[in-house]
Amino acid sequence: MRAGLAALSAVILSLAIGVAVSTGEMAIPLSTVAKAVSNRVLGTGFPLNPIQEGIIGDYRLSRALVAAGCGATLALSGSILQALLRNPLAEPYVLGISAGASTGAVAVMIMGWGGGALSLSGGAFAGAVMAFVLVSLLAAGAGGFGDRIILAGVAGSQLFNALTSTIVTTSANAEQARGVMFWLLGNLGGVRWPDVYLVLPIALAGLGVGLFYARALDAFTFGVDAAAALGIPVTRIRLVLFGATAVTTAIMVSIVGSIGFVGLVIPHAARFLVGAGHARLLPVAAVAGAIFLVLADVISRTIIPQQILPIGVVTALFGAPAFAVILYRARRPQ
Amino acid sequence: MTISARNVCWAVDGRMIIDGVTIDVAPGTTLGLLGPNGSGKSSLLRLIGRLRRVASGVVLLGQVDVATLSRNAIARRVALVEQQAMTEAQITISDVVRLGRTPHRGPLSPWNPGDTAAVEDALLQVGLADKRDRLWHTLSGGERQRTQIARALAQTPRELLLDEPTNHLDIHHQLEILALVSRLPATSIIALHDLNLAAMFCDAIAVLQQGRVVCAGTPEEVLTVAMIRDVFGVKAHVECSPHHGKRHIHFLID
Repeated sequence: MRAGLAALSAVILSLAIGVAVSTGEMAIPLSTVAKAVSNRVLGTGFPLNPIQEGIIGDYRLSRALVAAGCGATLALSGSILQALLRNPLAEPYVLGISAGASTGAVAVMIMGWGGGALSLSGGAFAGAVMAFVLVSLLAAGAGGFGDRIILAGVAGSQLFNALTSTIVTTSANAEQARGVMFWLLGNLGGVRWPDVYLVLPIALAGLGVGLFYARALDAFTFGVDAAAALGIPVTRIRLVLFGATAVTTAIMVSIVGSIGFVGLVIPHAARFLVGAGHARLLPVAAVAGAIFLVLADVISRTIIPQQILPIGVVTALFGAPAFAVILYRARRPQ
Repeated sequence: MTISARNVCWAVDGRMIIDGVTIDVAPGTTLGLLGPNGSGKSSLLRLIGRLRRVASGVVLLGQVDVATLSRNAIARRVALVEQQAMTEAQITISDVVRLGRTPHRGPLSPWNPGDTAAVEDALLQVGLADKRDRLWHTLSGGERQRTQIARALAQTPRELLLDEPTNHLDIHHQLEILALVSRLPATSIIALHDLNLAAMFCDAIAVLQQGRVVCAGTPEEVLTVAMIRDVFGVKAHVECSPHHGKRHIHFLID
């Protein structure tokens, strides 16, 4: 059963990535995609059109893999935070991470912070970590690293969003403002292979950490005291898991911008499919998040000819109705 | 003694909630914790289970200071049933009871036959074996409470702490749960409001008032007209029941 589910997930995810790589302004047959991947990975020497091979190797495959890794990480983070905080509205950005990342990126892009030594991604990561630390301190000061962190996150996000807006409205020219907007809604355009080598190991490590703590997450079902009474070292596990979700999410945001909706909706969809037990929920959420974001990227590239829609717009446009359907199907008897 | 509290104190924002409590519970017996609302019953149970840290004093499990034990080591021998358990999660009775095995399993160790046996036994004891696949949010208050008690039993505890476990139960289930707890080999402490039930099922009783033990002993020693008047402010008549031989309390209204 478990092996079957894993195999099925791998097949669907591979297919989604295959479709993503073959789809675009220049349509490339799936068979060509398979041959190009085989040439690259196994060193086979299938003769291929070098332009097509270049598009696959240098552009679309890396993009699809990063989308998969980001989708998986965001969905995992959302699942973990919803369990830890026992709040169905929790999502990776609740800790102020996306707001902080935006501020950091904007500070680098428009105000030239770091004097050229800091890349856009570096600035975003620094901003995200700074926001998370601030939110954590605020939550701890407000009497608990637990339920208070959502309120602290709201305050932190508002502050950093205001900072971003201040910088953009006072310092940016029209071109920069447009660039910032695109980045705030997510952008897979600049993704290259080094990003893949960062994103995929982090996604897998995130899944490993999540699975290691799956039983502890289950124990939070009835709250913090109940978890402690079941032998869970609550403070330590919260620190580890808040820290892990914050850092992994910050890295994703610094590479592709803040793509909303995945971390909020996919965990609920996965729970609807396989129930609340985290040993099954986390892998399913990761795969579902990966597939969702890969397909969302395909749509963002193809729905308007000659134009790319920000991927965050697509995740919300298609995710919101899907979420409504899930909510309706999972409705409680009154 | 398997559970002892020695001069335990605990305060919140400078206000003493538990003020120098000393109790002893003999192995295999059931101690009833009585007292008005806010007298510190729930807090004392949490201190004994180490969910809160004592400000001063010692809690001993066996001869061991509970402060020296790891969370997991405590959970392997002490189970707690809280007053109200709430969740939004879509989980079944069986899922909840399986949570009781958490302290006995490592993060990666597989589910084993011993775990299955403990869960099955717990479900049978509370009479929920045939409802195991029912979802939590479809359960009545009584079924939820019995599910939590089954979860606690699945922990195979040596010490069982129950915070008003009969709150949501009809009289049939109240009697059933208390008979079950008093029959268990575990040492139990039950916070209760019903004095007659305490008289029927507890081997010993301690009465808390404003965080202090004002009276402790056998039900016969503790449940007196004077105690009920002084602690609860209620007039009563206490007699030995001709039916079960335990103390029976009639409450009188002027």
